[in-house]
Amino acid sequence: MEGVLNQLPIGLSIGAVLLLIALGLTFTFGQMGVINMAHGEFIMAGAYTTYLLQGVGFLVALPAAFVVAGLMGLVLEWVLIRRFYGRPLDTLLLTWGVSLILQQLARDLFGAPNVQVLSPEWLRGGIGILPYNRLFIMALAVLSVVAIWAYQHRTAQGRRMRAVMQNRRLAATSGINTGRVDRLTFFIGSGLAGVAGVALTLIGPVGPALGTYYIVDAFLVVVAGGLGRLRGAVLAALGLGLLNSYAEFWTNASLAKVMVFVVIIGFLQLRPQGLFVLRTRALT
Amino acid sequence: MTAFQDSQPAIEAPPPDPAAPAPAEPSVTGGPSVTGGPSVTGGPGRRARLAGPAAFAAVAVVMLVVMPLALEPFRLGLLAKYLCYAIVALGIGLAWGKGGMLTLGQGVFFGLGGYAMGMYLKLHDAGGDLPDFMVWSGVEKLPALWGPFGNPAFALAMVVVLPVVMALLLGALVFRQRVRGAYFAILTQALAAALVILLVGQQGLTGGTNGLTNFFDFFGQDLAADSTQRGLYLVVALVLGVLYLAAWQLVRSRFGRLLVAVRDGEDRVRFLGYDPATVKTLTFAISAGMAGIAGALFVPVVGIISPALLGVVPSLELVVAVAVGGRYALAGAVLGAVVMGYAKTYFSEELPEAWLYLQGALFILVMTLAPKGLAGVAAALRHVRTSRRAAA
Repeated sequence: MEGVLNQLPIGLSIGAVLLLIALGLTFTFGQMGVINMAHGEFIMAGAYTTYLLQGVGFLVALPAAFVVAGLMGLVLEWVLIRRFYGRPLDTLLLTWGVSLILQQLARDLFGAPNVQVLSPEWLRGGIGILPYNRLFIMALAVLSVVAIWAYQHRTAQGRRMRAVMQNRRLAATSGINTGRVDRLTFFIGSGLAGVAGVALTLIGPVGPALGTYYIVDAFLVVVAGGLGRLRGAVLAALGLGLLNSYAEFWTNASLAKVMVFVVIIGFLQLRPQGLFVLRTRALT
Repeated sequence: MTAFQDSQPAIEAPPPDPAAPAPAEPSVTGGPSVTGGPSVTGGPGRRARLAGPAAFAAVAVVMLVVMPLALEPFRLGLLAKYLCYAIVALGIGLAWGKGGMLTLGQGVFFGLGGYAMGMYLKLHDAGGDLPDFMVWSGVEKLPALWGPFGNPAFALAMVVVLPVVMALLLGALVFRQRVRGAYFAILTQALAAALVILLVGQQGLTGGTNGLTNFFDFFGQDLAADSTQRGLYLVVALVLGVLYLAAWQLVRSRFGRLLVAVRDGEDRVRFLGYDPATVKTLTFAISAGMAGIAGALFVPVVGIISPALLGVVPSLELVVAVAVGGRYALAGAVLGAVVMGYAKTYFSEELPEAWLYLQGALFILVMTLAPKGLAGVAAALRHVRTSRRAAA
C-alpha cells in the first residue's frame, strides 16, 4: 500500500512535466498545424540555462530559461516554420533537422556526458511521502496553467490567439495580424518547454538528448487531450503521467510503454479526436 | 498561404506546394490550366513511354551484373545494406508519397521481420541447445515464443505475416476512426518508441540492447564467405526489383488511383462511395510487409538486428531519405535511401562531428527548397528542357 502511495507524487510530477511540455505543443499544433520535433530541444535549452546559472540562484533560472527557449522558438518560427503553414507533415521533418542540429550543438558546447544540476537547499527533503522538488514541479505546472488560462481569456492578445485557433481566415479578415499572433504563440509555447527543462533538472541529470525522452509522450498527450485544448492537455498529461508510473510499478518498465500505447489506441476508439474537441463545420 | 487552393480538382497531381520549384510555365491569364505542374511520368509519345522500362532495365543490369563485378566484397555488402533500406523506403513511398500516410514507425515492421529471421538463425546455429545470449542471461529453458521459429518455413512466413497483421490491426483501429495526418504519424512514432523499450527490457527473450547477432550459417551457407555475401547481395537486389515492379503496377492499377485520390481528398472519395479506411489499411499493410522482408534480408547481410536499428531515429531517417529522393515517385524513394545510406557512411567515416550538422542542414534545405526531392528536381529540369525544345 505504501508503494502505491509513493508512486503518486512521482506520477503527478511526471504528469506536470508532460503538461508543461505539451502546453506549447498543443497550441502550436492546434493553432498552426505545426508538429515541432525541435520542441524537445527547447526543454534541453531550458535545462542547460539552469546549469549555467547555478551560482546565480534557482529562481533566476526560471524566467531566464523561459526567455532563452522562447526566443529560440521565435527565431525558428520566424526563419523557417512560417514558410510551411498548410504542410504540417513537412514541418515535422523540417523541425527534426533543426532538432538534430541543436542536439549536436549542445554536445559541442557542453560535452556529450550528462551534467548534474545541484537542486537548491530549500528544495531538498519533503513532507511525508511528498518530496519538495516534486511538489515544486506540480506547483510550477499549476501556475503555468493558470497563467495561460488568464492570458487566453483575460487579455486582448490571448483573445486574438483563440480567434486564430478557431478560424484563421476569419480572424485575418477581422483585422488580426495572424503572423504576429503565431510568433507570440510560438514564443510562449517554447518558453514553457524551457520551464519544463528547469523542472527536469530537479529530478535528473541534464544531457544533449534530454528532450528526446519526453517528446514522444508529450505528443501523445496532445493526441489524447485534443488539439489546442487547455482542459484536454491538463487531464491527458496527468492521466498519462499516472498511467506511466503505475504501469511501471505494477508490471515492469519495458511493458509500461506498450501498455500506455494500447490504452491510447483504445481511448481513440472512443474519442478519435481526443478528450475535448474544438467543434467546427470544416471537413478535414 | 494555401488559402483557396484546395478548391482545385487535384486528383492526379500532388497537392500544390507554395514553396515548390515553380514550373517554368507562364501562367496564361484565364487559361484552362487546371492540371498545372510538370507530370512526373513524362509526356505522351513513344519516347516517353519507353523511357521508364529502358531506365529500369539499365539500372537492373548495373545492379545485377556491373556492381558485383566492380565492387570489393566489403563495399558490395554496404550496397546490399542500403538496398535493404531501399525496400523499406519503397514501402514508405507507397504509404506516404502515394497514400499520404506519414508513417514514422516503419522500423517496427523492419524489426519484426528482422527478429523473426534472427530467431530462426539463432536456433539453427545453436543446433538444439539454447542460443548463446540466453545462456549468458541465465535462461534455462527455451521460451515458448521461440519454439516454432526453429522451423524455417514458419520463420520465413512470420517475416511477412507478423508485420502485415500488426499493420492491419493498427490500421483498422486507427483509420476506421478517421484518425489521420499528424495523429497517425505521432501514433506510429510512439509505437516505435514502445517497441524499442520492450525489446531492451526483455533481455532473456530478445538479447536486450545487443539484439540478436553472431550468426554463422545461413541455410547451409557459411555467412562469413564472400560467395555467400555476393549471393545475398543478388537476392536483395532481385527482391527490390520485383517489389518495385509490383509497387509500380499497384500504383498504376485502379487501387493505386483510388489511393492517390484518398491522399488528395479523403472526404470526396468517401462521398463517392468508396471506403478510404480500407484503402489506407491495405496500403499500410503492404508497406509493412515490405519493411518486414527488408528486415529479414538485413539480418544475414549485416549480421545483426538490435533495438538501435529500429527505433524512432532510424525510422525517421528513412522517411527523410524518401523525402530527399522524392516522395511522389517510387524511384525517388529508392534512390533517396541509397544516396542517404552512402552519405551517412561517407560522412561518418570522414567527418564524424559534422555529420549531424550536415544531416540536419540537408533536411532543412530539402524541405524548404525542394519539397519534391531529387525526383522533383529531375522532373523540373526535364520540363525546362522540353519547353525549351518546344520553343526552338
